[in-house]
Amino acid sequence: MVDTGKGYRGSEYYIASKPLMEIVNVAIALGKPLVIKGEPGTGKTLLAHSIAEALNKKLIIWNIKSTTKAKDGLYVYDTVQRLNDARFKDKDISDIRQYIKLGKLGQAFKSDEQVVLLIDEIDKADVEFPNDLLNELDEMSFHIPELDEEVTARHRPIVVITSNSEKELPDAFLRRCIFYYIEFPDEEMMERIVRVHYPDIENKLLREALKRFYWIREVDGLRKKPSTSELLDWIKALMLGGISPDKISSEIPFLGTLLKNEQDTGRFVRLSNAQGGFGFKKRF
Amino acid sequence: MFTDFFFVLKKKGVPVTITEWLSFMEALYKGYFQSSLNHLYYIGRAFLVKSEAYYDMYDLAFQEYFGSIETSSLELDKVMEWLENPLHRLPKLTPEELAEFQKQLEEFRKQHDMEELMRQFRERLKEQKERHDGGSKWIGTGGTSPFGAYGYHPGGIRVGGESWMQSAAKVAGERRFRNYRNDIILDVRQTKMALKRLRELKREGAQEELDIDETIDKTAKEGGEIELVFNRSRENTVRIILLMDTGGSMLPYTELCERLFSAATQMEHFKEFKYYFFHNCIYQDVYEDMANYKRVPTEKLFSNFHKGYKVILVGDARMAYSELFDVNGCIDYFYTNDKPGIEWLMRIRQHFPHSVWLNPTHRNFWGHYTVDTISKIFPMFELTIDGLKDAIKALTSRTRQPVLN
Repeated sequence: MVDTGKGYRGSEYYIASKPLMEIVNVAIALGKPLVIKGEPGTGKTLLAHSIAEALNKKLIIWNIKSTTKAKDGLYVYDTVQRLNDARFKDKDISDIRQYIKLGKLGQAFKSDEQVVLLIDEIDKADVEFPNDLLNELDEMSFHIPELDEEVTARHRPIVVITSNSEKELPDAFLRRCIFYYIEFPDEEMMERIVRVHYPDIENKLLREALKRFYWIREVDGLRKKPSTSELLDWIKALMLGGISPDKISSEIPFLGTLLKNEQDTGRFVRLSNAQGGFGFKKRF
Repeated sequence: MFTDFFFVLKKKGVPVTITEWLSFMEALYKGYFQSSLNHLYYIGRAFLVKSEAYYDMYDLAFQEYFGSIETSSLELDKVMEWLENPLHRLPKLTPEELAEFQKQLEEFRKQHDMEELMRQFRERLKEQKERHDGGSKWIGTGGTSPFGAYGYHPGGIRVGGESWMQSAAKVAGERRFRNYRNDIILDVRQTKMALKRLRELKREGAQEELDIDETIDKTAKEGGEIELVFNRSRENTVRIILLMDTGGSMLPYTELCERLFSAATQMEHFKEFKYYFFHNCIYQDVYEDMANYKRVPTEKLFSNFHKGYKVILVGDARMAYSELFDVNGCIDYFYTNDKPGIEWLMRIRQHFPHSVWLNPTHRNFWGHYTVDTISKIFPMFELTIDGLKDAIKALTSRTRQPVLN
């Protein structure tokens, strides 16, 4: 049994729920990649930072873009540079090794100590991307044909993968991972999160602000629901502006920090004035 | 160990595989987590369920298999100990006394903020280190403190039995993930995700992307003289026409349609997106606005848009027999149509082979003669996430469904 005193327990600026902590610890113990999903602003990326900080390990971040290929994470063979050097003949180009640059995954494998590897927003890449990494994450090793060399992980890195679920991840990939969906924090949890950021916030202000915040989130059909980061911005604005808690319950100051697009604001204003339909006709 | 649970999960529709089950067993045998139902719930979920869409089914399976086992939450274990074996049971109350209590409770609610009470409770929970019986402040039994069990404080917080902190069976019982299920209606974000699948990548436009492989190949062939090769970048070429029913029978599905509509209008990756409205059935005109004032002849759809456009019709397909089959059958009496609606629908289908009908009503209610007829013209899908996914699959498939005449 794992000693509950050890392992990941959250960190100073990050509040993890108990199940999440347990799952992080199990994932570390079994050496399996941990896939984190959840609404934007629920702290998926921050989790990796927090693990690295709490366990005092180096964090390697691999940000995924729509153009990222799986091979980029392993190594890049800079053929263009080599070709260029060959043309000017001012360098010895026989050693291929100098043109092989390890990617983030390669760096994590080669590291002398265990690191935390964050593969951020994996769903941004092409649909096939996760499948191309199956073997590498399973065996924690890959082959460089140009050098005929095997890169094997000296210490299995702690792999955290985040997804905004813009695309679905392939089943074969998910089978090898541990999955956790971070729910949007409830009011109680949110209160703790806000307090971590603003320890000296007034109780009444916080409670009123949270009440309004969750009420706005309930409004149906918003294009983008406000999330944690928007709430923090809003509360900061309220505190700086010296708004009294009573004012929050009657109107919503600084609405722009919560709702970021015109339609949402329009819709919200309309809804709070009167309940209106979508314009469907009332005839049958 | 718990092999039956595997089958219960399968039965509930969680797509769990043997690989996942084995790694879950490995974690169990190696003793990586404490043997309590709470841990089992969360860690089992992390190992066996790989999408929040199946969390609800997992909850149901977990409840069915483990539901009868009593659990208490981790945090509450200690509190529960304090509350065991009360000093004395609450005496039986007469109806008058009960009414008196009720009155006190109302008064208490007026005076005290419930949130304030919860906050105090949490604070006290932090401070309190031991068991208390009697008394008026600490969490305990038989006292008049607002917190505890078997006590006398009207409107206080009862601790015990069901916990308000999280215990596994409770969480499973709450079914908080019901809204993430794939087979229920969708929200804007989910709709957008589904619509993203609607893409056809083709190389179009200016040649501005450097093709490195080709460049190297060409350069090598030229004997080292660098030759740059450019390519057109790939982009989505999907063109969409959305036709929406705004008839009265669609009223209950307003919100649902609005979500689909706002998701579709937000999608930036379509090459072109057009939308029109109609009332119950399509005749010689469709409308640009929802109030059906700005007419656009349906013929224009055929002349302006080629057959590569994908057409999505949204409607309940439920109308009077005459509206679909009769000349001048349109529900608006001031509107005359010399061709019955069904002819127009069939022309749309013939002109746009990639077309589907999304129906916001449940499949069980499709047994209506007009719904039946229309579903023979257009492939019809439910307006749920799964339905939308299937519809998009049908829209993007290369084989064209036969048109029924």
